[in-house]
Amino acid sequence: MLEVRNLFKSFGGVHAMHDVSFSVRAGSVHSVIGPNGAGKTTLFNLVSGVYEPTRGEILLDGQNVAGLPPDQLARRGMSRTFQNLQVCMNMTACENVMLGAHLHTRSSLLGGMTGATRRADAALREEAMRLIDYVGVGRHAQAHATQLSFGLLKRLEIARALASKPRLLLLDEPAAGLNDTETHEITELIRSIADSGVTVLLVEHDMKLVMNISDHILVLDYGRKLAEGTAAEVRANPRVIAAYLGTEVVEAV
Amino acid sequence: MKALLRPSLLALALVLALLPLAMPNNYVVDVAVRIALAAIAAIGLNLLMGFAGQISIGHAAFIAIGAYGSGIVTARFGWPPLAAIVGAAVGAALVAWIIAKPILRLKGHSLTMATLGLGVIVNIVLINEVGWTGGPDGMPVPPLEVAGFAFAKVRHWYALAAVLLWLSVLLSLNLYASPGGRALRGLNGSEVAARVMGVDVARFKVRAFVASAVFAAVSGSLTAHYLGFISPSIAAFTHSVELATMVVLGGMASTFGAVLGAALLTALPQLLGGLHGYEMVFFGLVLMLTMIFLPKGLVPSIALKLRKKG
Repeated sequence: MLEVRNLFKSFGGVHAMHDVSFSVRAGSVHSVIGPNGAGKTTLFNLVSGVYEPTRGEILLDGQNVAGLPPDQLARRGMSRTFQNLQVCMNMTACENVMLGAHLHTRSSLLGGMTGATRRADAALREEAMRLIDYVGVGRHAQAHATQLSFGLLKRLEIARALASKPRLLLLDEPAAGLNDTETHEITELIRSIADSGVTVLLVEHDMKLVMNISDHILVLDYGRKLAEGTAAEVRANPRVIAAYLGTEVVEAV
Repeated sequence: MKALLRPSLLALALVLALLPLAMPNNYVVDVAVRIALAAIAAIGLNLLMGFAGQISIGHAAFIAIGAYGSGIVTARFGWPPLAAIVGAAVGAALVAWIIAKPILRLKGHSLTMATLGLGVIVNIVLINEVGWTGGPDGMPVPPLEVAGFAFAKVRHWYALAAVLLWLSVLLSLNLYASPGGRALRGLNGSEVAARVMGVDVARFKVRAFVASAVFAAVSGSLTAHYLGFISPSIAAFTHSVELATMVVLGGMASTFGAVLGAALLTALPQLLGGLHGYEMVFFGLVLMLTMIFLPKGLVPSIALKLRKKG
């Protein structure tokens, strides 16, 4: 589904991404891990079109999409969440999710002004409510985004991303800042999303979550690929242990 | 139909219909007409500033394009006023589109700077093109006449302005709760999130700019026909700041806020007996005090207070 070939990105003289290649199989949960500054978020921003790569190819369904802006990628079935939340704080929870369905709406301003989109909007609202329920924010659907806790906002972002009906969903540290219970719930949610047929690319620090849920793991260090494989393979890889996991992996297992 | 029965719209219709009964003389009705015409422009500017979060400090230019467009084609070419109003609105939309199209591809405050430039240019053109505009002395504009009916009395104007104001509120409220409105508010809330959700951010900013220009032009055309006389001061920087202050004071993204802001900023100087050249000081002060004490603006702040009590 997604294939990254020899990806480079430099900011000034800093090589944030150096010759990284990997491929994500449709229907799998693919995780990207690595120490702080390893380039995980850079990789996400490159794949989702927020940054333009210096060199290299990003193939989505076999087509090179490197350098396309995010709204073009959304049209091709990609959506994402953000590590530092990007919820629209000037809107309600429900409106945020309805915004997620933007590509499936008639969004002309004239149509909106004359009320021509009203009927379609009712169906849209229903679908948004279903998604909000699905991610567990149902009780707060009509609340203003500013009234929601951090944990709820993280889920809300996932609902918004799902509203665009993506085939590939990029989750940027969905468990960051969450407690154990919340992390467990979000793990279940990600698994459920993957089971529904959406391919998930995940950046996460929480090793337990990653090891639990990933079909495939890519390990980055200093912007380079350090290792990849299944959870078991990555855990057993001495380079990974040396560079990053240390004793933590033993605790996690 | 359901949309028309929203309580806020019914209440507004009621207020607009009953208000004339409480008006003691034509002077008060005149102020009400000016408020309604200003509010139409403020509602339009709110689409750009409040919804999409793009600041324009040259919007008086579009009011002037509406006013002079209407004035010139009716007075010099004998167009019927209705055609003139529509023509001027189309002209303003075109100008807005030509300006916004290249500029909104850039990031940051380039649009704000461009609107400032536009305001200055339009003002200078109006002053210098004496043959067309009458120059600094201004020009007379024929009265409004639609299908044989002449809007001769100030109460006729009140009825017309009230209906158009109500329609503008309806359009704005409809847009607020539509996919297009959410796209505008979304790119204001988080531009990167809106882009990831598939919103073509530059295109929507252009659309908001064009829409706000059309509202401004219609307001300007009507003002020209109402006053019967226009001068280049209509495109002055002060006027642009006044419009922006209406939106900020009333509350960003709040349609009724824009109306309230227009009402206060139009009525207060009248009550104070004119500002005598101190308009800039007044608007500056209002802007500063709003930012310090009511950063969300009047209507959203009041709504929040009521919600907390209730």
